[in-house]
Amino acid sequence: MKRSWLIALFCVLGLASPVRAADTVKLGFNIPLTGDIPDVGESSKNAAEMLKKKINDAGGLKVGDKTYKVEFVYEDNESKAESALSATRKLITQDGVIGMVGPQSSKQAVPAAEAANELKTPMMAPWSTNPNTTKARPYVFRGCFLDTFQGPTAAKFASEEFKAKKAAVLYDIASDYPKGLAEDFKAAFEKINGPGSVVAFETFTTKDVDFSAQLTNIAKSGAEVLFVPQYYNEVPLIVQQAKSLGFNKPVLGSDSWGSGDLMGLCGDNCKGFFFVTHYAAAGAQGKTKEFIDEYTKLYKKTPDDVAALTWDGANLMLAALQSAGPLSGDLAKDREALMKAMAGIKKFEGITGNMSYPATGDHDPIKCAVVVKIDDAGKFAFYKSVCP
Amino acid sequence: MLQSFLQNILNALQWGSFYSLIALGYCLVYGVLLLINFAHGDIFMVGAYIAFYCCMFLLGKFGVFAGLPGWMVLAVAIPLTMILTAVVGVTLERIAYRPLRRKGVNRLYVVITALMCGLILENGNLALLGASRKSFPTLVPIKVFEVFGVTVTNIKLMVIGVAILSFLLLHFIVTRTKIGMAMRAISYDRFAVPLMGIPADTVIVFTFVLGSGFAGLAGLFFAMTYPVIDPYMGALIGWKAFIAAVVGGIGSIAGAFAGGFLLGFVEIMVVAFFPSTYRDLIAFSILLLILSIRPTGLFGVARRTKI
Repeated sequence: MKRSWLIALFCVLGLASPVRAADTVKLGFNIPLTGDIPDVGESSKNAAEMLKKKINDAGGLKVGDKTYKVEFVYEDNESKAESALSATRKLITQDGVIGMVGPQSSKQAVPAAEAANELKTPMMAPWSTNPNTTKARPYVFRGCFLDTFQGPTAAKFASEEFKAKKAAVLYDIASDYPKGLAEDFKAAFEKINGPGSVVAFETFTTKDVDFSAQLTNIAKSGAEVLFVPQYYNEVPLIVQQAKSLGFNKPVLGSDSWGSGDLMGLCGDNCKGFFFVTHYAAAGAQGKTKEFIDEYTKLYKKTPDDVAALTWDGANLMLAALQSAGPLSGDLAKDREALMKAMAGIKKFEGITGNMSYPATGDHDPIKCAVVVKIDDAGKFAFYKSVCP
Repeated sequence: MLQSFLQNILNALQWGSFYSLIALGYCLVYGVLLLINFAHGDIFMVGAYIAFYCCMFLLGKFGVFAGLPGWMVLAVAIPLTMILTAVVGVTLERIAYRPLRRKGVNRLYVVITALMCGLILENGNLALLGASRKSFPTLVPIKVFEVFGVTVTNIKLMVIGVAILSFLLLHFIVTRTKIGMAMRAISYDRFAVPLMGIPADTVIVFTFVLGSGFAGLAGLFFAMTYPVIDPYMGALIGWKAFIAAVVGGIGSIAGAFAGGFLLGFVEIMVVAFFPSTYRDLIAFSILLLILSIRPTGLFGVARRTKI
């Protein structure tokens, strides 16, 4: 008696699943719902739920001449590398997703990307900035720009916006992130304005508080803009000392300015300056503003960069799916088609900027960065979008 | 070129002022007790935090009363910070150093205790107030003056002035007053002094009051100049100021003052002409050279070890 029930159940499941698979497309989300950074997981899930509702309320996703409902499967990776790996395997082999979004942090994204690539399933890492995530992994795509991209963007912005022919850089030589960024900026600025156009390339060491000697050199060098790829605890001191030494030119920063309590420490001194980042909530326009308004209405808070990048990542994957043409129903074939479609996407208009992938090499997006101006109220307001 | 050089001299004067103010405290305590008070850098840090809370209170940020204007806050905060920091210094002396002194233990143990006290202050502050940095309020709006292409701010002038005045005051106290004479007397012979009817403990407490008070003063002006304060701010600068005091000739007020400025000058000038990574390398090589030529420091006098 019992056995026949089981058989019947299997029959129903066996019959039901191909039917369901024909009507829905499944995306997996490998996100940290618990662990060290549950906020990141929550933002990702919020954005994903909002996207799902939007698509399904509109009738579904049209692929080829058929309309599918979208289904999102959320797996918690507990913000751990091992769990991210098992979550990846579960999503791909058991849940049968056509593509996976996440993990968010590089710590989980790097091992998960290896598994996804081996299992030949497209993966989108919206927030991971480690170059290894996408390195030599054709099935893995990134949703944000790499650190190395910020230097050239800042250099371009400085040349165009301030008409600067001479620039100065002040950075912490003992820390990887500022050092890499400073060197990228120098190379890019000198490419635009000729060799020697970075007239002061000054360094300090972590924990320094007095930058007067370096800033004296910078103030006397005739630089028209100062690039400071530093963190929120150093920027206030640098900016204030620069003013005290008579340097009144604009100061430009990197996305590290946006983290932490910059305005609380810097106050009025930082107002009017600019920095390069992924996304700005204040002063956004068009599609970005629509997204922010809807998200705020739904979840009673302003979406952070994770939410925005997750939205874009999932959206890009679905857009690629549409352009991949009719689904064959064979997961392996469809996954390969999706990968090719994602790699070949011409211009995806996301809320964090337009994206496309280079024809050869790793799948790191060619993407516009956002330049933020710190306005008079101390808010980080969208100023303009700068493309490479 | 000349302008840059003059500008860097001004920068060095400001930076050296802080080393000097902290070195003075090291020097006072060492001069009297022959104790290297390694907690001094952290007393300086506590001074900066005390100054922060005093100023926030006086500015009316805690809502107890409507705030005072910046100048008045500064005028009240200076003595208040000095007194409260002195209380911290004296407390350390009472609960950590004095019991050990009473037991007559080797000075090495007292030095180790001082190191531990420094760590306790640092981590106590971290546990109590958290690792997030505090932004020191602007008391006096920064005014930038330009003279012959050299820029000076009112804060810079104030800092240098305060360092020089502190030195003159301490020098006066140590060399011209009765209690200063008692301090010097204890430094010469700790055991004979009580026999002469001089209350040694009172003099030692007074020494800690002076040393910690000026550390508090340094903390206040440091926070005004570099308005981001964190619990680890005192560790490195304290060590360096100690080295400055040694190079100047520890135990000599003039030596500590000169040593602080010397270190400030060397650091700024190295950074001005070389990559910043060379700063500590060159600075400390120079100091090492000075010590190897004059082991007692610039102003120190050789003293025979007492048996």
